[in-house]
Amino acid sequence: MDGHDRGAKVVARLLRDAGFEVIYTGLYQTPEAIVATALQEDADAIGISVLSAAHRHLFGETARLMREQGLGDVVLFGGGIIPPSDIRLLEQMGVERVFLPGASGPDIVAFLEEAVARTRRSDGQA
Amino acid sequence: MTYPTPETRDPRPETRDPRLFDLIQQALAGDARAAARLMTLLESDPAAVPEIMRQVYPRAGGAHVIGVTGPPGAGKSSLVDTLAASLRVQGRTVGIVAVDPSSPFSGGALLGDRIRMQERFADSGVFIRSMASRGQPGGLAKASQNVAALLAAMGKDAVLIETVGVGQEEIDVVRVADTTIVVLVPGLGDAVQTMKAGLLEVADVFAINKADREGAERLFKDVHLMVHMGAVEGQWSPPVLKTVATEDQGTGELLAAVEDHRRFLRETGQYAERRRRAAETEIQGILRERLLASVTHRVPALGRYADEVGQRQYDPYTAVDRILREAQLDG
Repeated sequence: MDGHDRGAKVVARLLRDAGFEVIYTGLYQTPEAIVATALQEDADAIGISVLSAAHRHLFGETARLMREQGLGDVVLFGGGIIPPSDIRLLEQMGVERVFLPGASGPDIVAFLEEAVARTRRSDGQA
Repeated sequence: MTYPTPETRDPRPETRDPRLFDLIQQALAGDARAAARLMTLLESDPAAVPEIMRQVYPRAGGAHVIGVTGPPGAGKSSLVDTLAASLRVQGRTVGIVAVDPSSPFSGGALLGDRIRMQERFADSGVFIRSMASRGQPGGLAKASQNVAALLAAMGKDAVLIETVGVGQEEIDVVRVADTTIVVLVPGLGDAVQTMKAGLLEVADVFAINKADREGAERLFKDVHLMVHMGAVEGQWSPPVLKTVATEDQGTGELLAAVEDHRRFLRETGQYAERRRRAAETEIQGILRERLLASVTHRVPALGRYADEVGQRQYDPYTAVDRILREAQLDG
C-alpha cells in the first residue's frame, strides 16, 4: 500500500459490509510488514492497493515472502493504477486477481468469497 | 454421592486431534504461525477451545496483563503502541490483543488498531492480534481472554489488551487484566461526570491523553480530586498521569505506574486474589454456557415455551421451572 488510501478504504468498507473482518493497516506498508501482519492475524487473504507504479516490486516481494513463511495458501489480490500489460506478470508472481479502477464492488466481494472458500476447503480450517 | 474416577472426571484425558496437539506444541514453542492459527480456532471453533486451553492455561501465569480502555478516540491504540515500544526498550517481549467492534448489520468489521502500531510490525518481539467483538457486550471479544492467555503461555512478558471504545459499563477488561489503564481525553465535558460510576471506578491507573489540548489541566484536576476523595488507607490509589501518546510523552511515567501497581498487588497478596476472582468469573461463565447447551440439548422444543410466554399464557419463571423439570435438572 502506498500513499493513496481512498481506494483501499472504499474496498475495506465494502468488504466489511459484506461480512468480512478487514484488518486495515494504513499507508506505506513494506512487504515484510504486510506478510508479518497476515501471519499474526491468520488472514485468509491479503489485498494490496498500489498507485505508485511500484506494483511489480510490492506484489513480487510480498508473494515471495508469503511462500517463504508458509503463507502460500493465503489469497493475494490487489488493485490500483496498474498497466493492463502488467497483469499477466503479476499473476505469474502469484497474485490471484488484479482489479483495475472501475472494478465493481460486487465483483470484488464475489471473487474473495469464492477464493477464500476454496483455500479453506483445501486447508480444512480458516 | 460417588466421586468420579480419574477416567470419568475428564472426558478428554488426551488431546484427541493429533494435528491440534502439534499446533499447540508448536505455538508454545514460539511458532507465530501456529499461534495465529490457534487464535483463529479460539475465536471460531468451540470444540477446539477446551483442548487448547487445557494446555495453555497452566502456562499462562507469567505475563503481566495490562488492560487499556477508554472512550472512542481517546488514543488507546497510540498509547498501546508507545507502551509496547517502551517495554521493548526494556528488553521485554509483548503481546497485543486489539479489539474493535463488529458491524451489527453485516457481522463484518473494520479493524484499524494496527494503523497506530506500524513500527511494531517488523519486530518479532511483538505479536499483535486484532479481534472483532462479534456482538459480545463488555468491550472485549469472547475469545480475547483466551487469546491473551495464549500470548502469555508463549512467553510474552507483558500482554496489552485494548478494548473497543467504551462507555460506562463495558468493563469486562477488569476481570482479564492485572492492571487496568483508563484513558481519558479533554473535551468529553460532562461525560466524565456521568462516567464516575462504572468505568472510572475500575481504573488502576489513569492516563489523561492528548494532554497538550485545551481542557486537559481541568480534566486532570477533576480526576485527581475524584481519586483523592475515594482514597482509602492501605488501598491502591490510582495515579493520574498526563500523556501525549502521538509524541511519546509520559509513556515512561505511565509504565512506571503500571509497575508500581504490579508491585503493590504482589506485596499485598492482591495479585493472587484478583486472579482467583477472575478465575471464578471465568468458571461461572463456562458453566453457564455448558448448562445452557446441556438444557438446550435435552429440551429441543425450547421455542414452544417462548411462544407460550410471548402470548402471556404464563410467565418466564414458570417456563424455566418447566424446562428444568423436563431436562431433569431441577432440585
